Amino acid sequence: MATFFGEVVSAYSRAVEDGEDDSEEEENEEDREIRNEIQKKREVHVHWNPEITNSIDTSSAKAFQCSDLILAAGPNAAGFLSAFVLSSGSWETVGSVTLWNERCKTTANQQLPAGSSCVFHRPTNKPDVLICQCTCHVAEDQLFQWAEKVLGSIQKTGLTVTVLSDCSVAEYKTPDSVSTIPVPFLRALKTRHYKEAPHCPLLEQPNVITGLPAAVLSHCQVFGIPAVLYQCYSDVVKPDSVTMEAYKPTVSCRSLSSVMKLDSSESVDILKKLVRVNEAQSNLYT
Amino acid sequence: MFVPVSSAPTFKDFTLIMPAISVGNVGQLAVDLIISTLNLNTVGYIHTASLIPMVGNNPYATSDETSTELSTNAEVYSLPEIKLAVLQIRSPILQTKYRQFQNLILTWIKTSEFSKAIILSSSHAYQRDDRQLLGTPLRYLLTPAMQSIVGDNLQMMNWKKMEKIAVFPEISNTRQHLYIPGGGITKQLYNVCCSEGIPLAVLLVFCSEGDNMPDAFVLINYLNEWLHLVENACDQSSNWKIPCSWRLLFGSGIPPALF
Repeated sequence: MATFFGEVVSAYSRAVEDGEDDSEEEENEEDREIRNEIQKKREVHVHWNPEITNSIDTSSAKAFQCSDLILAAGPNAAGFLSAFVLSSGSWETVGSVTLWNERCKTTANQQLPAGSSCVFHRPTNKPDVLICQCTCHVAEDQLFQWAEKVLGSIQKTGLTVTVLSDCSVAEYKTPDSVSTIPVPFLRALKTRHYKEAPHCPLLEQPNVITGLPAAVLSHCQVFGIPAVLYQCYSDVVKPDSVTMEAYKPTVSCRSLSSVMKLDSSESVDILKKLVRVNEAQSNLYT
Repeated sequence: MFVPVSSAPTFKDFTLIMPAISVGNVGQLAVDLIISTLNLNTVGYIHTASLIPMVGNNPYATSDETSTELSTNAEVYSLPEIKLAVLQIRSPILQTKYRQFQNLILTWIKTSEFSKAIILSSSHAYQRDDRQLLGTPLRYLLTPAMQSIVGDNLQMMNWKKMEKIAVFPEISNTRQHLYIPGGGITKQLYNVCCSEGIPLAVLLVFCSEGDNMPDAFVLINYLNEWLHLVENACDQSSNWKIPCSWRLLFGSGIPPALF
């Protein structure tokens, strides 16, 4: 359409993009090769330790047994688990997910350092519980693969999935103004087969969840796995102790109560350490 | 792939209504109105890597009990009494997966043995040519297989068929082609259904981005003229029940300090 100065501007559409009609038909052999290479580079790889790999290989379902999978998506959710779950008892690292995308700072096929990775931990005294901390960005085209490959390695029977996830309060829709709501706060979503009552209000319509929690919950809903998501809406996007503590109500959840230790003094120290790492940025004036 | 909620439903000889993700999301809004008004139940999910994942609580909730059912990005609803199946798609198709999604839908239509499929879509209003600027903004298209089922019915209702556009508009004597800008996969799906002999109808409305609720009503009333899903009331918009998920389409409440 023409603007006042006479230049022609394409109207922006939130639903479709310009020029997508014929792009696929004009592909030649070279384009296809490039596209395949990019797809290979963006593949999601799940690595398990030899014991779990052996369980997978020897089972008829090609999956290992797990009763509770607890997934933390985002730095505050991961920080909460580090401070209140992983800080006590003895834990072993049993697996990891490696992937590459433009926003991920490491390359695929390398063991990612902690703090920018998806790592699986398991308590040595409860081998049926699995905790995953995912702080790297999983791109839109990798989400489905992530959920399929991780949940595909775990037997569906007897499995319960709990997801903790960070979100900006700017994405929360409410009839009142967002600036009048006290933050941070929790909202929950659960699949059809999850029977326990969530420990915070359910997410009101018309709010929706996207990203890794959505991919995991979709998979669980479609395949009948009981799963619950606790989404924490906060006005701080970086790791923040107040936001991490906002996850405390989830301690009453059956999956988490078996592995959680709410010893305040130790946890507060760990929270301080986690947050301090991120404050070590230089100020323009110092 | 299609994953049923419980036992596999039968879709043989059913009519399928589905949206195209197109300008203004009009097809999807129109499908929301069908599901909400006819109170359809979820019978299955389309579980695919081609759509961006998304979940939320039941967008058609009418009470606290129905409010807590989880909805995903592509669900199939059905009303066996009138042999109707409806597919709702709630998130965009990934850029590199258009062909894959199209093939998935095509395969599903064939294996489910739907008697006919109808795709609700839209097209950029600003790209209309001179003829399309006048008269009704509604258009239809039928594949040859659908034409043999429907016959003259749509023409007798004075419906307008989607015009073909010259490939090079300013030059005379160029060939004509079908052009649906902003229609997402509408054109490709239509072309493939023509060549594969699948009865498909496309119903579309010319519109622009903005508050597209009125466009959804226009499109759904157009469909209703043909299928008679609901009885016509005097005020056509009261035929349809607006779902609770249509609230706050333009964001949260306004901060009081603004004034």
